[in-house]
Amino acid sequence: MDTKFKKIVFENSDMIVNMWMKEIETLKDGNYTSSVSDELFESTNREFVNVIFSSIQHRGSTHVVEDFSEKLINLGWPLSYITDGLQVFRRVTIDFILSHTERIDSTYISELIRSVDLWTEPLIRQLVNEYSGSWEHIVSLQRVALQELSAPLIPVMDNITIMPLIGTIDTERAKLIMENLLDGVIKHNSEVVLMDITGVPVVDTMVAHHIIQAAEAVRLIGSTCILVGIRPEIAQTIVNLGINLDKFPTQSSLKKGFSAALNMTGRDIVENQAKHKQIQDMIDSLSRE
Amino acid sequence: MEKSCVSIKIELDIVAARQLGRELAKQVGFSVVDQARFATAVSELARNIYLYADQGEISFDIIKNMNQSGLRLTATDKGPGIRDISQVMQDGYTTSGGLGAGLPGVRRLMDDFDIISEENIGTTVTVVKWKR
Repeated sequence: MDTKFKKIVFENSDMIVNMWMKEIETLKDGNYTSSVSDELFESTNREFVNVIFSSIQHRGSTHVVEDFSEKLINLGWPLSYITDGLQVFRRVTIDFILSHTERIDSTYISELIRSVDLWTEPLIRQLVNEYSGSWEHIVSLQRVALQELSAPLIPVMDNITIMPLIGTIDTERAKLIMENLLDGVIKHNSEVVLMDITGVPVVDTMVAHHIIQAAEAVRLIGSTCILVGIRPEIAQTIVNLGINLDKFPTQSSLKKGFSAALNMTGRDIVENQAKHKQIQDMIDSLSRE
Repeated sequence: MEKSCVSIKIELDIVAARQLGRELAKQVGFSVVDQARFATAVSELARNIYLYADQGEISFDIIKNMNQSGLRLTATDKGPGIRDISQVMQDGYTTSGGLGAGLPGVRRLMDDFDIISEENIGTTVTVVKWKR
């Protein structure tokens, strides 16, 4: 039976393709591909239908399907285009074969549906896998990229290190912050670590808890942690929540924290007098002219 | 009346809930401080769901009456429930090794606070912040 159906389909492939194209065309408006030019849409449709036919012929030729799905993924077309396309193909083919058969009984119909399903199934499976595989790949790449960004430690001076935190702190990140902080303090031999939370959107009890733990751990290895970048609204919510942050110093801005850190390491910012004098001399000489 | 929901299943959902909460707080016209208060409360309640009940739902609705508007937040779960509510409302009480400031903190952050909990059935926390 299956070979008979295949024969009908391949002998009348032009008609089936035309019917399929017409159906797909109606899906274009108001759907996924409305922003795509007509020419591109048509050429992609043709390619798609060729892929379907060659897949049926070669019982799922993976190579062609792979190339096609890669192209669609690169173009950013939605997965629904593929599932719709195959659904339409199934409908059109079954309709076509039924209309070209004289004697129809229920076994015939179930055989037909079975055959057509078996043609399209490997195709659907492979295309969906390619798509979800590409998504998973992107997500895992982004996760790695985020991890690289998540807890950087910047040694700015001898004995002074800064850790700027940006974005949400979750359990995993909190762990990373703690590890990087302690490793960094030992490695750079820092006396003072400035933890900057300007970029942390919300400080709830869990975030505060992690910060307190990190600061406490830093204290245990003999350094001081200064919490900086506390915005006024964050300060108010911390007070409302009743979180006690008085075990370690805090400052409103990184600038203030930095001068506090300099102070703690016995240093000071001194303006360069000579340069200052030079500029003054220049101004003086200009005004004399 | 507008209403929107976020279901809490994974840790990232907490961020989604908080962002929606902040967005709505902005819409209602809360001050920056009240936006932060509201977002913190969302974060706190969503985290409680994630930590203790595994999953649940956070829903928001904008409420208006005669002379004021506000934002109501409802956190519902079908978790283990709380045996002694007065105990969890005390500062410093915790079963998870945290700071124990979550629920009492939320009560201080918000204007109205209501908690209903039954053991083995679940917990519902409803809080309201009024626009000032």
